[in-house]
Amino acid sequence: MQTLLNWIELNQSILYIVILMIFVGIEVIGRVPAVLHTPLMSGANAIHGVVIIGAIIVMGQAPADNYLALVLGFLAVVLGTVNVVGGFVVTDRMLEMFKKKK
Amino acid sequence: MYSSLLAFGYLLASVTFIVGLKMLSHPATARRGNLVAAVGMTIAVLGTIFLYEKEGEPLGNYGWIFAGILVGTIIGTVSAKRVKMTAMPEMVSLFNGMGGACAALISLVEFDHLMHMDPMVLFALAMGGGEAVAGLQGFLLIILLGLIIGSISFAGSVIAWGKLNGSIKDFSFRGQHIFNLGLLTIIIGLAAYLVIALPANPHWYFYSIFALSVVYGLFFVFPIGGADMPVVISLLNSFTGVAAACGGFLYDNKVMLTGGILVGAAGTLLTILMCKAMNRSLANVLIGSFGGNTKASGSSATGGTYKEISLSDTAVLMSYANKVYIVPGYGLAVAQAQHTCHELEKLLESKGVEVNYAIHPVAGRMPGHMNVLLAEADVPYEKLKEMEQANDEFSTTDVVLILGANDVVNPAAKSDPASPIYGMPILDVELAKHVIVNKRSMKPGYAGIENELFFRPKTSMLFGDAKKILQELVAEIKSL
Repeated sequence: MQTLLNWIELNQSILYIVILMIFVGIEVIGRVPAVLHTPLMSGANAIHGVVIIGAIIVMGQAPADNYLALVLGFLAVVLGTVNVVGGFVVTDRMLEMFKKKK
Repeated sequence: MYSSLLAFGYLLASVTFIVGLKMLSHPATARRGNLVAAVGMTIAVLGTIFLYEKEGEPLGNYGWIFAGILVGTIIGTVSAKRVKMTAMPEMVSLFNGMGGACAALISLVEFDHLMHMDPMVLFALAMGGGEAVAGLQGFLLIILLGLIIGSISFAGSVIAWGKLNGSIKDFSFRGQHIFNLGLLTIIIGLAAYLVIALPANPHWYFYSIFALSVVYGLFFVFPIGGADMPVVISLLNSFTGVAAACGGFLYDNKVMLTGGILVGAAGTLLTILMCKAMNRSLANVLIGSFGGNTKASGSSATGGTYKEISLSDTAVLMSYANKVYIVPGYGLAVAQAQHTCHELEKLLESKGVEVNYAIHPVAGRMPGHMNVLLAEADVPYEKLKEMEQANDEFSTTDVVLILGANDVVNPAAKSDPASPIYGMPILDVELAKHVIVNKRSMKPGYAGIENELFFRPKTSMLFGDAKKILQELVAEIKSL
């Protein structure tokens, strides 16, 4: 119990972010029309590509003689980049179709 | 100096994610919203590469990082540019899986890193008691969470991708839900033991948890019917968001945290909204898997006779109608017939026929997918009527032409409680004077269930590939 409370105290700013972001995430897309469900999902998909930052940090800190870490880190950077770049490009392509109408 | 600049960059990026997501949920601003988020992401990535430092040490291995980003950018851009509009949903699923895999890999490397730490340091940590041990346990907990959620998201997304493009069939066995539940319990149990007891051989536990999570991801999606894949992809999307947020905890990185949690929350809500569009609960989608109970209910609706209609009769019927509704489905998209469909619509309009499209919320493979496909073919926005609007107008409609749609017009959703799609709102095409159904054959639709509509007296069948039929129909109407 004590450790849990300590942990909460130590990480309170992070916990505040988590809780507030949950509400922001829900509020922000609360009124989305069904037409935009697919592009929105795809756009959100690109945004969780921020995980690429973790991959870059892991890669940048891997010791030069640890090949396992280097290879896995490299793979993580590649996959994360595909997620980010592919996600944004595919969303843009979808939304381009909508824009032409005006 | 550098680190404070980076903190500012991360703050900026976090704001662009929120603003971008907000703009993405309004039709007029959606495209700019996507760009805003992309710019924020670029700032965050470049900032991390050049400004990140830990205990005064900047990042190394620049060659590897840039090579990875280059390879990833090429693969991502090329596949996103070349994918057909019809295959968009499975592409999104695949991208999502890569994000999940990325999160799992980060955990694997961090664990490997932990194992390479000086045993003396670890020993001192363990002996130090109190805060040091709690810190180690917290660290382990976070990398385990990232590993488990990332692996499930990766494996599940790959299965969802395979199901959408037809290479993986529904697969379930008796007691699968119990099996899945047991598997999940074992994963959580092993993880809890690893964190709390800090056993002497953590490798064994860690890699077992990794393997079991991948297996769980596979079996989680296997039994869920193909028609429910959009919901699953949206759910896995929010999983990956949470996995990314674990990275935020790990590196005390606020932008990963904001982005990840934001997507986790928004994705969960979006999943629920999608379920609502089909009038089903999330639990029903996940547990009452389509594949399992179709055989039981499917047979009851079979039998009866259907009548076919010739092309020239269809042409006559449509050109002398006052009001025509077109109900497009995935079959239209597969046949790449949206352009020909638009041609038919223009031709009929020039003859004074009022033509509109009735779009079911889940027409195509995902909510909004059909709107994208028709917009691609230049069909004007105002011709796409939403379900409620179309249902009000069917009673004054002369001809409804159903192109490759099936489950969204299946009356069993209203009349047969045993049907797996029971309760889903449908397009009431039967209110119209004539219903013409274009299909390739009498085979049941994506959900694998028979459709009584085809045997109703008002319905006529027009068999053939949607594109070919539409082309012939256009030619026929022109020659009238």
